[in-house]
Amino acid sequence: MQNLSINKRAAILSFVLLVVVLGVWEIAITRQVIGEALTEYEILMGLGQQRSAIPPPSDVMVKAWEQLSNPFYDAGPNDKGIGIQLAYSISRVLSGFGLAVLVAIPLGFLIGMSPVAYKALNPFIQVLRPISPLAWMPLALFIIQDANSSAIFVIFICSVWPMLLNTAFGVAGVRADWVNVARTHELGSLRTALTVILPAAAPTILTGMRISIGIAWLVIVAAEMLVGGTGIGYYVWNEWNNLDLTSVIFSILMIGVVGMLLDAVFGTLQRAVTYAE
Amino acid sequence: MQKHFLSIERLTQTFPDGAGGTLTVFENASFGIGKGEFVCILGHSGCGKSTIMNVLAGLSEPTSGVVKMDGVAVSGPSLDRGVVFQNYSLLPWLSALKNVTFGVKARYRDWPREKVLEHATKYLAMVGLEGDVIHRKPSQLSGGMRQRVSIARAFANQPKLLLLDEPFGALDALTRGTIQEELLKVWSQTEQTVFMITHDIDEAILLADRILLMTNGPFARVAESVEITIPRPRARTEIVNHPNYYAIRNHLVQFLGKRSKELAGQQSEGVSQSPDTVRIDVTETAPDPKPTPTRLKAVNG
Repeated sequence: MQNLSINKRAAILSFVLLVVVLGVWEIAITRQVIGEALTEYEILMGLGQQRSAIPPPSDVMVKAWEQLSNPFYDAGPNDKGIGIQLAYSISRVLSGFGLAVLVAIPLGFLIGMSPVAYKALNPFIQVLRPISPLAWMPLALFIIQDANSSAIFVIFICSVWPMLLNTAFGVAGVRADWVNVARTHELGSLRTALTVILPAAAPTILTGMRISIGIAWLVIVAAEMLVGGTGIGYYVWNEWNNLDLTSVIFSILMIGVVGMLLDAVFGTLQRAVTYAE
Repeated sequence: MQKHFLSIERLTQTFPDGAGGTLTVFENASFGIGKGEFVCILGHSGCGKSTIMNVLAGLSEPTSGVVKMDGVAVSGPSLDRGVVFQNYSLLPWLSALKNVTFGVKARYRDWPREKVLEHATKYLAMVGLEGDVIHRKPSQLSGGMRQRVSIARAFANQPKLLLLDEPFGALDALTRGTIQEELLKVWSQTEQTVFMITHDIDEAILLADRILLMTNGPFARVAESVEITIPRPRARTEIVNHPNYYAIRNHLVQFLGKRSKELAGQQSEGVSQSPDTVRIDVTETAPDPKPTPTRLKAVNG
């Protein structure tokens, strides 16, 4: 044990923890089911009710295998594969996030470069930022009159703030020396923005984007529970209505996995643009 | 008064002093620099050397006065006036080579990629950076190497005037010596006009054709222009043996130690303040009535 690397020891510990947690869960559920089993009399008399228990991990794994072996089936509005549902959610997140990028990055540059613009816009930002994105939903539904676009708008509104503030912060913090290098090389505003300020502020901007994508993924589940129809949030709620807790647990896990992957993508991008001074 | 390639005419800089009044850093300062000349400016901190540098670079505007280059008043930063900053100012996300091509691309916008690369590589080689080193990021280079890259970037742009703002201030003495010699070598190959700020008397004597001496502020002025009568090529180890070396050095030390204080605070009262030319040459038997402006310059071997 001593001569294994830290990574290997950590991996073994993680695996042991997983086995222990799943084991305890499995045993606890099995006992509960046995303990609460109805007597033959009760069954014959139609008394009592089978309480739907929390499914054991083995059931969830069977469900996962079943779902992941055919993730893209489509058997009508209430029966679509997990892959299709996730694809709906991811496409909404990316659309809203993409729109937010288009607005937040240029606006962030403006605020970061102009103290006047910063002071003028700051009160609006400070008031709008703490609003729960879901609070916009009724207004969005009324104005846009389309559930899907409203969900995208909610994603937009929640991802715009971290990106906007980080871009402004990053741009304002670009060292004056680097801007002077651009000035002594007679670079125009656009070239300065693209070749000096953007790379200089990129790590901070990417941090904002990473926070935004995380929030967007948190919010999409709730938004889809509200608007319904498609998506992983709707799927969770629908399975709850079906009292299919196995599917609920499985989809919770999938939300975690996809969130982790989205974060990993932005983590990689962030490392790619980070520089040492 | 002879016509200079670069002339600074009645430059005045005042700042608000924070108590409602104004603080005059320098007033009506006038001096000139000839083409191909290497001029150092020496003075205590706060006398406005960096302010003059920033005005020449076009990074700040003087309160009044003009800077003329080739007879034309200049304003704003320009590629004709290259700057080497004390803290190198390399872009940390670009490799050494890319930092130089960044400048070359800005200067020669129509050059093809290969030509830009070749030009940048040539100037990096001139300051002793060759091979894998040029593909490293600034953070992976030593302070001396970073300043070399910065010098290569400035020289590669072939500006009409090169401004060096205490370029070796942050380097240790040994590295400084090596890079000073490299700077001399590059300069002798390029016929570049150089204006440099320094705090180091020996550095100024080694590098300069002429040293401008500034009095202490406020109301600082360029009081003297000391010619360095030591023939080129110069080497650090050899110039100390030249008879003029200590004569000049003593003069400079006296000025900075005593006279810069005594002359401080004298207002110009509207008169243009040109420096007095000082020529110290103990090798000459008879004093030269009129100093010859021709510069002794030879190509380093």
